[in-house]
Amino acid sequence: MNIEKVREILSTHGRLTTPVDSLQDDSDLYQAGLTSLATVGLMLALEDEFDVEFPDSALSRKTFGSIESIAETVEELLE
Amino acid sequence: MCNLHGELLEAYDSYRTELLEAGLLLSSGVEGVYGLSGTFEGIIEAFERYVTRSGAELAPEVMRFPPILNRKTYLSTDHIETMPDLMGSIHTFKGTQMEHLDMINKKEQGEDWTNNLAPADVMMVPAACYPLYPTARDTILPEEGRLVDLRAFVFRHEPSPDPARMQIFRQREYVRLGTPEQARAHRDYWLNKGQEMLKAIGLPVTAELANDPFFGRGGRVMAATQKEQELKFELVVPVATDKKLTAISSSNCHLDHFGKEFNIRTADGNHAHTACIGFGLERIALALLKTHGLDPEQWPAEVKQVLEI
Repeated sequence: MNIEKVREILSTHGRLTTPVDSLQDDSDLYQAGLTSLATVGLMLALEDEFDVEFPDSALSRKTFGSIESIAETVEELLE
Repeated sequence: MCNLHGELLEAYDSYRTELLEAGLLLSSGVEGVYGLSGTFEGIIEAFERYVTRSGAELAPEVMRFPPILNRKTYLSTDHIETMPDLMGSIHTFKGTQMEHLDMINKKEQGEDWTNNLAPADVMMVPAACYPLYPTARDTILPEEGRLVDLRAFVFRHEPSPDPARMQIFRQREYVRLGTPEQARAHRDYWLNKGQEMLKAIGLPVTAELANDPFFGRGGRVMAATQKEQELKFELVVPVATDKKLTAISSSNCHLDHFGKEFNIRTADGNHAHTACIGFGLERIALALLKTHGLDPEQWPAEVKQVLEI
Protein backbone atom coordinates (compact mmCIF):
# COMPACT_ATOMS: atom_id res chain seq x y z
CA MET A 1 0.00 0.00 0.00
CA ASN A 2 2.86 2.32 0.89
CA ILE A 3 4.45 1.65 -2.48
CA GLU A 4 1.44 3.16 -4.23
CA LYS A 5 1.45 6.23 -1.99
CA VAL A 6 5.20 6.64 -2.47
CA ARG A 7 4.68 6.51 -6.24
CA GLU A 8 1.95 9.12 -5.99
CA ILE A 9 4.10 11.50 -3.89
CA LEU A 10 7.07 10.87 -6.15
CA SER A 11 5.10 11.86 -9.23
CA THR A 12 3.98 15.11 -7.56
CA HIS A 13 7.24 16.10 -5.87
CA GLY A 14 10.03 14.16 -7.57
CA ARG A 15 10.35 16.37 -10.66
CA LEU A 16 11.62 13.30 -12.52
CA THR A 17 12.50 13.37 -16.19
CA THR A 18 11.10 9.83 -16.57
CA PRO A 19 7.38 9.24 -15.81
CA VAL A 20 6.95 7.41 -12.50
CA ASP A 21 4.57 4.89 -14.15
CA SER A 22 7.35 3.61 -16.35
CA LEU A 23 9.69 2.95 -13.39
CA GLN A 24 10.15 -0.37 -11.60
CA ASP A 25 10.13 -0.38 -7.80
CA ASP A 26 13.89 -0.89 -7.85
CA SER A 27 14.72 1.55 -10.67
CA ASP A 28 17.45 4.08 -9.87
CA LEU A 29 15.64 7.36 -9.20
CA TYR A 30 18.76 9.46 -9.72
CA GLN A 31 19.02 7.97 -13.21
CA ALA A 32 15.38 8.94 -13.62
CA GLY A 33 16.26 12.59 -12.95
CA LEU A 34 15.85 12.97 -9.19
CA THR A 35 17.96 15.96 -8.09
CA SER A 36 19.15 16.68 -4.57
CA LEU A 37 16.82 19.67 -4.32
CA ALA A 38 13.82 17.59 -5.43
CA THR A 39 14.83 15.02 -2.81
CA VAL A 40 14.27 17.66 -0.13
CA GLY A 41 10.73 18.36 -1.39
CA LEU A 42 10.09 14.65 -1.65
CA MET A 43 11.26 14.03 1.89
CA LEU A 44 9.09 16.81 3.35
CA ALA A 45 6.05 15.53 1.42
CA LEU A 46 6.64 11.97 2.63
CA GLU A 47 6.96 13.18 6.23
CA ASP A 48 3.72 15.09 5.88
CA GLU A 49 1.79 12.25 4.27
CA PHE A 50 2.95 9.47 6.62
CA ASP A 51 3.33 11.68 9.69
CA VAL A 52 6.87 10.51 10.31
CA GLU A 53 10.24 12.22 10.62
CA PHE A 54 13.29 10.90 8.82
CA PRO A 55 16.11 10.57 11.35
CA ASP A 56 19.57 11.88 10.43
CA SER A 57 20.76 8.33 9.76
CA ALA A 58 18.16 8.01 6.98
CA LEU A 59 19.05 11.29 5.29
CA SER A 60 21.32 9.67 2.71
CA ARG A 61 21.36 9.30 -1.02
CA LYS A 62 20.65 5.57 -0.63
CA THR A 63 17.31 6.11 1.16
CA PHE A 64 15.92 8.02 -1.81
CA GLY A 65 17.59 5.87 -4.47
CA SER A 66 14.52 3.79 -5.40
CA ILE A 67 10.77 3.54 -4.76
CA GLU A 68 11.38 0.32 -2.87
CA SER A 69 14.04 1.86 -0.65
CA ILE A 70 11.83 4.86 0.18
CA ALA A 71 8.88 2.59 1.01
CA GLU A 72 11.08 0.37 3.20
CA THR A 73 12.39 3.38 5.12
CA VAL A 74 8.86 4.72 5.63
CA GLU A 75 7.74 1.24 6.74
CA GLU A 76 10.50 1.14 9.37
CA LEU A 77 9.59 4.60 10.61
CA LEU A 78 5.92 3.61 10.96
CA GLU A 79 6.75 0.57 13.09
CA MET B 1 29.80 17.46 23.28
CA CYS B 2 28.98 20.39 25.58
CA ASN B 3 32.49 20.27 26.96
CA LEU B 4 33.99 20.34 23.51
CA HIS B 5 31.74 23.26 22.60
CA GLY B 6 32.90 25.15 25.68
CA GLU B 7 36.53 24.35 24.95
CA LEU B 8 36.17 25.58 21.38
CA LEU B 9 34.57 28.86 22.46
CA GLU B 10 37.40 29.40 24.92
CA ALA B 11 40.01 28.73 22.22
CA TYR B 12 38.28 31.09 19.73
CA ASP B 13 38.01 33.81 22.32
CA SER B 14 41.62 33.40 23.42
CA TYR B 15 43.08 33.57 19.88
CA ARG B 16 40.81 36.45 18.91
CA THR B 17 41.81 38.41 22.00
CA GLU B 18 45.48 37.82 21.16
CA LEU B 19 44.95 39.10 17.60
CA LEU B 20 42.98 42.16 18.75
CA GLU B 21 45.51 43.03 21.45
CA ALA B 22 48.36 42.72 18.94
CA GLY B 23 46.42 45.11 16.67
CA LEU B 24 46.38 42.56 13.83
CA LEU B 25 42.57 42.51 13.82
CA LEU B 26 40.48 45.63 14.46
CA SER B 27 37.08 45.11 16.04
CA SER B 28 33.96 46.36 14.24
CA GLY B 29 31.57 45.49 17.04
CA VAL B 30 30.00 42.77 14.88
CA GLU B 31 31.13 39.16 15.12
CA GLY B 32 33.13 38.04 12.14
CA VAL B 33 33.76 41.51 10.68
CA TYR B 34 37.20 43.01 11.25
CA GLY B 35 39.60 45.62 10.01
CA LEU B 36 43.09 44.30 9.29
CA SER B 37 46.43 45.85 10.18
CA GLY B 38 49.17 46.56 7.66
CA THR B 39 51.07 43.54 8.96
CA PHE B 40 48.05 41.27 8.45
CA GLU B 41 47.40 42.66 4.98
CA GLY B 42 51.10 42.28 4.17
CA ILE B 43 50.86 38.54 4.87
CA ILE B 44 47.89 38.26 2.50
CA GLU B 45 49.72 40.22 -0.20
CA ALA B 46 52.81 38.01 0.14
CA PHE B 47 50.69 34.85 -0.03
CA GLU B 48 48.85 36.16 -3.09
CA ARG B 49 52.15 36.79 -4.89
CA TYR B 50 53.12 33.21 -3.98
CA VAL B 51 49.85 31.96 -5.54
CA THR B 52 50.54 34.05 -8.65
CA ARG B 53 54.06 32.60 -8.98
CA SER B 54 52.72 29.07 -8.44
CA GLY B 55 50.14 29.40 -11.21
CA ALA B 56 52.19 31.48 -13.65
CA GLU B 57 53.29 28.58 -15.86
CA LEU B 58 49.61 27.83 -16.57
CA ALA B 59 49.15 31.36 -17.96
CA PRO B 60 45.69 32.00 -16.50
CA GLU B 61 43.43 34.86 -17.61
CA VAL B 62 43.17 37.32 -14.72
CA MET B 63 39.81 38.82 -13.74
CA ARG B 64 38.76 40.81 -10.70
CA PHE B 65 35.14 41.37 -9.71
CA PRO B 66 33.60 43.51 -6.95
CA PRO B 67 31.98 41.87 -3.90
CA ILE B 68 28.47 42.44 -5.28
CA LEU B 69 26.89 40.72 -8.25
CA ASN B 70 23.85 41.02 -10.46
CA ARG B 71 20.78 39.73 -8.61
CA LYS B 72 19.78 37.79 -11.75
CA THR B 73 23.15 36.06 -11.81
CA TYR B 74 22.73 35.17 -8.17
CA LEU B 75 19.36 33.58 -8.92
CA SER B 76 20.89 31.56 -11.78
CA THR B 77 23.19 29.78 -9.33
CA ASP B 78 21.37 27.51 -6.90
CA HIS B 79 22.59 29.38 -3.82
CA ILE B 80 19.09 30.42 -2.77
CA GLU B 81 17.98 26.79 -3.00
CA THR B 82 20.95 25.34 -1.13
CA MET B 83 22.38 27.93 1.29
CA PRO B 84 19.69 30.60 1.84
CA ASP B 85 20.85 31.23 5.40
CA LEU B 86 24.24 32.49 4.20
CA MET B 87 23.05 34.98 1.56
CA GLY B 88 23.40 38.73 1.64
CA SER B 89 20.74 40.67 -0.23
CA ILE B 90 21.33 44.38 -0.75
CA HIS B 91 18.44 46.72 -0.10
CA THR B 92 18.17 50.47 -0.36
CA PHE B 93 15.63 53.23 0.07
CA LYS B 94 13.54 53.94 -3.02
CA GLY B 95 10.54 55.61 -1.41
CA THR B 96 8.91 59.04 -1.42
CA GLN B 97 9.54 62.05 0.83
CA MET B 98 6.70 60.94 3.11
CA GLU B 99 8.05 57.43 3.32
CA HIS B 100 11.47 58.85 4.11
CA LEU B 101 10.05 60.73 7.10
CA ASP B 102 8.26 57.57 8.19
CA MET B 103 11.52 55.65 8.07
CA ILE B 104 13.41 58.31 10.05
CA ASN B 105 10.62 58.34 12.58
CA LYS B 106 10.90 54.57 13.01
CA LYS B 107 14.67 54.86 13.37
CA GLU B 108 14.28 57.49 16.08
CA GLN B 109 11.69 55.41 17.92
CA GLY B 110 14.02 52.40 17.81
CA GLU B 111 11.55 50.55 15.59
CA ASP B 112 12.31 48.35 12.58
CA TRP B 113 12.94 50.83 9.75
CA THR B 114 14.17 48.19 7.29
CA ASN B 115 10.60 47.46 6.12
CA ASN B 116 10.86 50.74 4.20
CA LEU B 117 13.67 49.39 2.05
CA ALA B 118 13.42 47.77 -1.35
CA PRO B 119 15.85 45.34 -3.02
CA ALA B 120 18.63 46.79 -5.18
CA ASP B 121 19.73 45.02 -8.36
CA VAL B 122 22.64 43.41 -6.56
CA MET B 123 23.46 40.68 -4.06
CA MET B 124 26.63 40.04 -2.06
CA VAL B 125 28.95 37.60 -3.84
CA PRO B 126 28.79 34.24 -2.04
CA ALA B 127 31.72 32.60 -3.90
CA ALA B 128 34.49 34.22 -5.94
CA CYS B 129 33.69 32.29 -9.12
CA TYR B 130 29.98 33.25 -9.42
CA PRO B 131 30.56 36.55 -11.28
CA LEU B 132 32.71 34.73 -13.85
CA TYR B 133 30.08 32.46 -15.39
CA PRO B 134 27.76 35.07 -16.93
CA THR B 135 30.79 36.51 -18.77
CA ALA B 136 31.12 33.14 -20.54
CA ARG B 137 27.39 32.73 -21.18
CA ASP B 138 26.45 31.26 -24.58
CA THR B 139 30.07 30.69 -25.59
CA ILE B 140 31.97 27.71 -26.96
CA LEU B 141 35.26 27.11 -25.18
CA PRO B 142 38.53 26.61 -27.07
CA GLU B 143 39.77 22.98 -27.26
CA GLU B 144 42.12 23.50 -24.34
CA GLY B 145 39.36 25.05 -22.23
CA ARG B 146 39.91 28.18 -20.13
CA LEU B 147 41.73 28.87 -16.88
CA VAL B 148 40.81 31.98 -14.90
CA ASP B 149 42.54 33.57 -11.91
CA LEU B 150 40.03 35.26 -9.59
CA ARG B 151 40.06 37.03 -6.29
CA ALA B 152 37.07 38.58 -4.54
CA PHE B 153 35.61 39.41 -1.19
CA VAL B 154 32.79 36.96 -0.51
CA PHE B 155 29.99 37.31 2.03
CA ARG B 156 28.52 34.54 4.19
CA HIS B 157 26.15 35.41 6.97
CA GLU B 158 27.51 33.27 9.75
CA PRO B 159 28.54 35.51 12.65
CA SER B 160 30.88 33.58 14.91
CA PRO B 161 33.32 34.13 17.76
CA ASP B 162 35.85 32.06 15.76
CA PRO B 163 38.25 34.62 14.23
CA ALA B 164 38.67 32.23 11.29
CA ARG B 165 34.95 32.39 10.48
CA MET B 166 34.55 35.86 9.05
CA GLN B 167 31.35 37.14 7.47
CA ILE B 168 33.32 38.74 4.68
CA PHE B 169 36.67 37.48 3.47
CA ARG B 170 38.74 37.00 0.33
CA GLN B 171 39.01 33.92 -1.85
CA ARG B 172 41.78 33.58 -4.41
CA GLU B 173 40.81 31.02 -7.03
CA TYR B 174 41.91 29.26 -10.16
CA VAL B 175 38.82 28.17 -12.08
CA ARG B 176 38.89 25.78 -15.00
CA LEU B 177 36.18 25.60 -17.64
CA GLY B 178 36.44 22.68 -20.05
CA THR B 179 35.64 19.03 -20.64
CA PRO B 180 34.85 16.72 -17.71
CA GLU B 181 38.43 15.39 -17.93
CA GLN B 182 39.98 18.86 -17.97
CA ALA B 183 37.91 19.96 -14.96
CA ARG B 184 38.70 16.83 -12.94
CA ALA B 185 42.41 17.05 -13.81
CA HIS B 186 42.48 20.71 -12.68
CA ARG B 187 40.89 19.79 -9.37
CA ASP B 188 43.29 16.91 -8.78
CA TYR B 189 46.35 18.93 -9.86
CA TRP B 190 45.55 21.78 -7.46
CA LEU B 191 44.55 19.50 -4.61
CA ASN B 192 48.15 18.21 -4.68
CA LYS B 193 49.78 21.49 -5.56
CA GLY B 194 47.82 23.30 -2.84
CA GLN B 195 49.06 20.84 -0.22
CA GLU B 196 52.67 21.27 -1.40
CA MET B 197 52.36 25.06 -1.37
CA LEU B 198 50.88 25.22 2.13
CA LYS B 199 53.30 22.66 3.56
CA ALA B 200 56.19 24.68 2.10
CA ILE B 201 55.16 27.61 4.32
CA GLY B 202 55.02 25.40 7.40
CA LEU B 203 51.28 24.69 7.53
CA PRO B 204 50.72 20.97 8.29
CA VAL B 205 47.60 20.61 6.13
CA THR B 206 45.72 17.39 5.47
CA ALA B 207 43.15 16.80 2.73
CA GLU B 208 39.63 15.86 3.81
CA LEU B 209 36.60 14.88 1.77
CA ALA B 210 34.09 17.62 2.53
CA ASN B 211 30.66 19.02 1.78
CA ASP B 212 29.20 22.49 1.53
CA PRO B 213 27.08 23.71 4.48
CA PHE B 214 23.73 23.06 2.79
CA PHE B 215 20.70 24.41 4.61
CA GLY B 216 18.44 22.42 6.88
CA ARG B 217 17.64 18.74 7.17
CA GLY B 218 17.24 18.44 3.43
CA GLY B 219 20.78 19.76 3.20
CA ARG B 220 22.00 16.55 4.77
CA VAL B 221 20.86 14.62 1.72
CA MET B 222 22.65 17.12 -0.53
CA ALA B 223 25.78 16.85 1.60
CA ALA B 224 25.69 13.04 1.42
CA THR B 225 25.33 13.22 -2.37
CA GLN B 226 28.24 15.65 -2.69
CA LYS B 227 30.43 13.40 -0.54
CA GLU B 228 29.47 10.23 -2.40
CA GLN B 229 30.52 11.87 -5.65
CA GLU B 230 33.79 13.11 -4.05
CA LEU B 231 33.26 16.60 -5.43
CA LYS B 232 34.79 18.66 -2.63
CA PHE B 233 38.07 18.36 -0.75
CA GLU B 234 39.31 20.74 1.89
CA LEU B 235 42.82 21.32 3.16
CA VAL B 236 42.50 21.62 6.91
CA VAL B 237 44.88 22.77 9.63
CA PRO B 238 44.62 23.79 13.30
CA VAL B 239 44.00 27.53 13.62
CA ALA B 240 42.45 28.64 16.94
CA THR B 241 42.52 25.06 18.27
CA ASP B 242 43.64 21.59 17.29
CA LYS B 243 40.34 20.17 18.60
CA LYS B 244 38.57 21.31 15.46
CA LEU B 245 40.51 21.85 12.27
CA THR B 246 39.88 24.79 9.94
CA ALA B 247 39.64 24.57 6.15
CA ILE B 248 42.03 27.06 4.54
CA SER B 249 41.64 25.88 0.95
CA SER B 250 39.16 23.83 -1.02
CA SER B 251 39.17 22.07 -4.36
CA ASN B 252 35.82 21.53 -5.98
CA CYS B 253 34.27 19.90 -9.02
CA HIS B 254 30.97 21.54 -10.04
CA LEU B 255 30.28 18.98 -12.80
CA ASP B 256 28.22 20.70 -15.55
CA HIS B 257 26.14 22.70 -13.08
CA PHE B 258 27.35 26.14 -14.25
CA GLY B 259 27.94 24.97 -17.83
CA LYS B 260 24.23 24.09 -18.13
CA GLU B 261 22.89 27.12 -16.28
CA PHE B 262 24.94 29.60 -18.34
CA ASN B 263 25.00 27.59 -21.58
CA ILE B 264 28.77 27.33 -21.74
CA ARG B 265 29.80 24.57 -24.16
CA THR B 266 32.94 22.68 -25.07
CA ALA B 267 34.13 22.29 -28.67
CA ASP B 268 32.25 18.95 -28.94
CA GLY B 269 28.94 20.70 -28.19
CA ASN B 270 28.48 19.36 -24.65
CA HIS B 271 27.92 21.54 -21.61
CA ALA B 272 31.21 22.57 -20.06
CA HIS B 273 32.31 21.23 -16.71
CA THR B 274 33.94 23.56 -14.19
CA ALA B 275 36.25 23.08 -11.23
CA CYS B 276 38.13 25.35 -8.87
CA ILE B 277 40.74 25.64 -6.19
CA GLY B 278 40.11 28.37 -3.68
CA PHE B 279 42.47 29.74 -1.04
CA GLY B 280 40.86 31.43 1.96
CA LEU B 281 43.27 34.35 2.30
CA GLU B 282 42.37 35.65 5.78
CA ARG B 283 42.30 32.08 7.13
CA ILE B 284 45.73 31.35 5.68
CA ALA B 285 47.11 34.49 7.34
CA LEU B 286 45.48 33.43 10.63
CA ALA B 287 46.96 29.92 10.31
CA LEU B 288 50.43 31.37 9.63
CA LEU B 289 50.17 33.74 12.61
CA LYS B 290 49.05 30.88 14.86
CA THR B 291 51.73 28.48 13.64
CA HIS B 292 54.73 30.81 13.42
CA GLY B 293 53.84 33.56 15.89
CA LEU B 294 52.26 37.00 15.69
CA ASP B 295 55.37 38.75 14.37
CA PRO B 296 56.17 37.78 10.76
CA GLU B 297 59.69 39.22 11.21
CA GLN B 298 60.34 36.34 13.60
CA TRP B 299 58.97 33.59 11.36
CA PRO B 300 61.30 30.72 10.34
CA ALA B 301 63.74 31.74 7.61
CA GLU B 302 62.51 29.09 5.16
CA VAL B 303 58.92 30.32 5.45
CA LYS B 304 59.98 33.93 4.85
CA GLN B 305 62.07 32.79 1.93
CA VAL B 306 59.18 30.97 0.23
CA LEU B 307 56.84 33.91 0.84
CA GLU B 308 59.57 36.39 -0.13
CA ILE B 309 59.02 38.53 2.96
